Amino acid sequence: MNRREALFSLGSMAAAGGLASRAGAAELKGFPKQTAMSADHLPTPARSGGGFQVLKSETDQKTVKAVFDRLIPADDFGPSASEAGCLEFLDDQLSGDYGAGKALYLEAPLSPENEEAIMGAPQFLSTPRERYETGLKALEAYAQETDGAAFHALSPDRIDEILTGLEAGEIDLGEGVNGQAFFELMLQNVREGYLADPLYGGNRDMAGWKMIGFPGARYDYRPYVDRRNEDLGLTPVSLIPND
Amino acid sequence: MANERPKADVVIVGLGWAGSVMAEELTRAGLNVVAIERGAWRDTSTDFPPAVDPDELRWHTRRELLQPMSVETTTFRNKTGQQAAPVRNWNAFQFGWNVGGAGTHWAGMSWRFLPWDFEVATQTAERYGQERLDSLMAEGLQLQDWGVSYEEMAPYYDRFERIAGTSGKAGNLNGQKIKGGNVFEGPREREYPTPQLKDTNWMSMYRQTTEGMGYNPFTIPAGNISQAYVNPLGVTMGPCTYCGFCDFHGCGNFSKSSPQACILPALMRRSNFTVLTETEVLHAVKHEDGKTVKGVKFVTRDGEEGFQPADVVCITAYQMDNVRLMLLSGIGEQYDPATQQGTIGRNYSYQTCSSVTGFFSGAKMNPFIGGGALGVQIDDFNGDNFDHSDLDFIGGAGIMGYSTNGRPIANMNGIRPGNKRWGSEWKEAYARDYQEVANIFCQGTSMPTRDAYLSLDPTYKDRHGQPLLRLTFDWNRNDASMIDYTTKKAVEIMREAGGEDIMVDNQAEASWNPYKQHSSHTIGGLVMGSNPATSALNPYLQSWDCHNVFSVGASAFPNNGGYNPTLTVGALAVRAARAIHETYINNPGPLVEA
Repeated sequence: MNRREALFSLGSMAAAGGLASRAGAAELKGFPKQTAMSADHLPTPARSGGGFQVLKSETDQKTVKAVFDRLIPADDFGPSASEAGCLEFLDDQLSGDYGAGKALYLEAPLSPENEEAIMGAPQFLSTPRERYETGLKALEAYAQETDGAAFHALSPDRIDEILTGLEAGEIDLGEGVNGQAFFELMLQNVREGYLADPLYGGNRDMAGWKMIGFPGARYDYRPYVDRRNEDLGLTPVSLIPND
Repeated sequence: MANERPKADVVIVGLGWAGSVMAEELTRAGLNVVAIERGAWRDTSTDFPPAVDPDELRWHTRRELLQPMSVETTTFRNKTGQQAAPVRNWNAFQFGWNVGGAGTHWAGMSWRFLPWDFEVATQTAERYGQERLDSLMAEGLQLQDWGVSYEEMAPYYDRFERIAGTSGKAGNLNGQKIKGGNVFEGPREREYPTPQLKDTNWMSMYRQTTEGMGYNPFTIPAGNISQAYVNPLGVTMGPCTYCGFCDFHGCGNFSKSSPQACILPALMRRSNFTVLTETEVLHAVKHEDGKTVKGVKFVTRDGEEGFQPADVVCITAYQMDNVRLMLLSGIGEQYDPATQQGTIGRNYSYQTCSSVTGFFSGAKMNPFIGGGALGVQIDDFNGDNFDHSDLDFIGGAGIMGYSTNGRPIANMNGIRPGNKRWGSEWKEAYARDYQEVANIFCQGTSMPTRDAYLSLDPTYKDRHGQPLLRLTFDWNRNDASMIDYTTKKAVEIMREAGGEDIMVDNQAEASWNPYKQHSSHTIGGLVMGSNPATSALNPYLQSWDCHNVFSVGASAFPNNGGYNPTLTVGALAVRAARAIHETYINNPGPLVEA
């Protein structure tokens, strides 16, 4: 097992509870003697292989790809979202705590109009995973209704037109789906996938970081602070060690 | 009660900065201290070493070091009469979720408040006349002094700076003004423990520009320390490496001032100290006469309830939770905005802020070279450092050019105005603007009003079935005028520096809500003061209602300075702890007669 595999393996074991997790509430006297990394703070890489966990439907996968590759298309500045692994990133995120909305306060009651007015944006009791499940189906239904075709079969210009309409809040995706909010969720996630550490399945070959010139998971810029206004030419590094 | 623990001299509720500082003082004085912390034990090498920390998605975007809303959130409305709604998603408030509290994931800006900030009511009347003060009060502001002066606070600030290793340059040494430091600061008795940090490209430009405009730029005092340092507790810190993964992250270099880096290594080794982790205090329990409490009721992560008896209870949780715990414990009277009766929940306030963004064609800002507290500031328009005679507001803002981070997800909308946030247009814009963008932040004062307050929510509950805290707040006219004025100064600076395509985000232009804020600085609700009719705590942070309850946090601030709160919280913690072990413990009772 090389270093890269070792790291992935360790992270996966931690995620699966294979390593001893903290025992829970504890009474501590004296400085804790534990020196190993806390299992729940080890990097947890995206699942690799085994297919999609959440985006299981082929239509859903194609719809996400069609949207993501218009939000981040391939061009002179770098690969497309799907080429950079953003679908794998999204699926992995949705299959974990983020997708399950584990951090969110999802207690009822929710009075949609009142909460939107007070918070300045619509609020939900559904998790990100549930919002994708309903949102993607609504997008497909919208394409079938307006264009008589699958969403992924639409032309790039037509997809851009729909996305622009969603962004502006001008397209109604039907009962239970806020089109504008769903657009924002997808835009947030696709750019996360393009710009997060490759550990999480996206930003393949650090393409997103190369696009802007971000040197990645470096931890010491003291040698560079005084070199003001210079192109430092730093190659990005990831939390995934080189083989 | 089942699971009643042995009695402690002092129980500390929440082991963040305030709790750690107090526990250190109290255990050193020989008292037996038990701290109870809702979060887990976390330390530098086991939880956020350099191979784990530089991970934006995990720590900044997903905020995994912060307490999730599913554990406890707040509800919010702008004014009475509205139905408050729960804050369901990540938002302005940054509750700590580990031993070390918010002191682990904070940015590190380490300010002393101005002398004026402690005495806004008195000094406004003295400088501008009683009529001016009366007119502000008639408008709805609820100005009141802290019951402690800067001069009295100075030794406690000094103590906290020594523990934290704060980096900076003095601008006022015993009354002597020193160019290059902050000439508006209150007098300090000695230099900072460590020298100021270095300038990035943008800081250097900002410094030259503001100096050229006749202002007084200085490097922000930082808890990202500039060189190795051994603090008075014998704990060694390392130099900041300008890694740019600071706020919302832990620090793998032992260079961000935090309970982990500065206090816990000493505190944990003391035999008279114990911490119960992943254990949440539900409320304090009063004696039958209601004049004191006998301890706190808690529940462990595994759902076991218990009771910790103690002679003294120190409530040192997050600002919101300090207020909530007092209300859940039935200590003191809930503030009522209709009558201004009651003190718990009174004088809630926020931080009035704006940001100004500019673009510099062809520049290499290298924004990834950063630190949570890395910036250059002018205080020429902060507090009462400028004449307000002909202005329609009091207060002001620190105006900083900062280099806190270049995290790519956080900055992905930092593109020239008019560009789309997606498609090739976004890619082209971000590829160019990532290096060319620079920001100025106005961090302003906030004055309390009669209408802004905290109370328990009638509808929504936490995971234990206890009511959430409800916030009723909106910007007031005075603070909106203040930030409008200071934002214009910031725009002038950005223009003078050569910034183009300038964008302004003035947060007081629309109603406050917790998803829009650039600041996390939530204050008040359990304020200190010399009048028990208008304050919950006396000038030693002791409850007027239960004399063996002390509470330290930004909750004790009657108004907000144009600064980050942590240094003032730390200084108040030293003050409260010394009052306990030097005076209270030998002669329990009110330290100030009501």
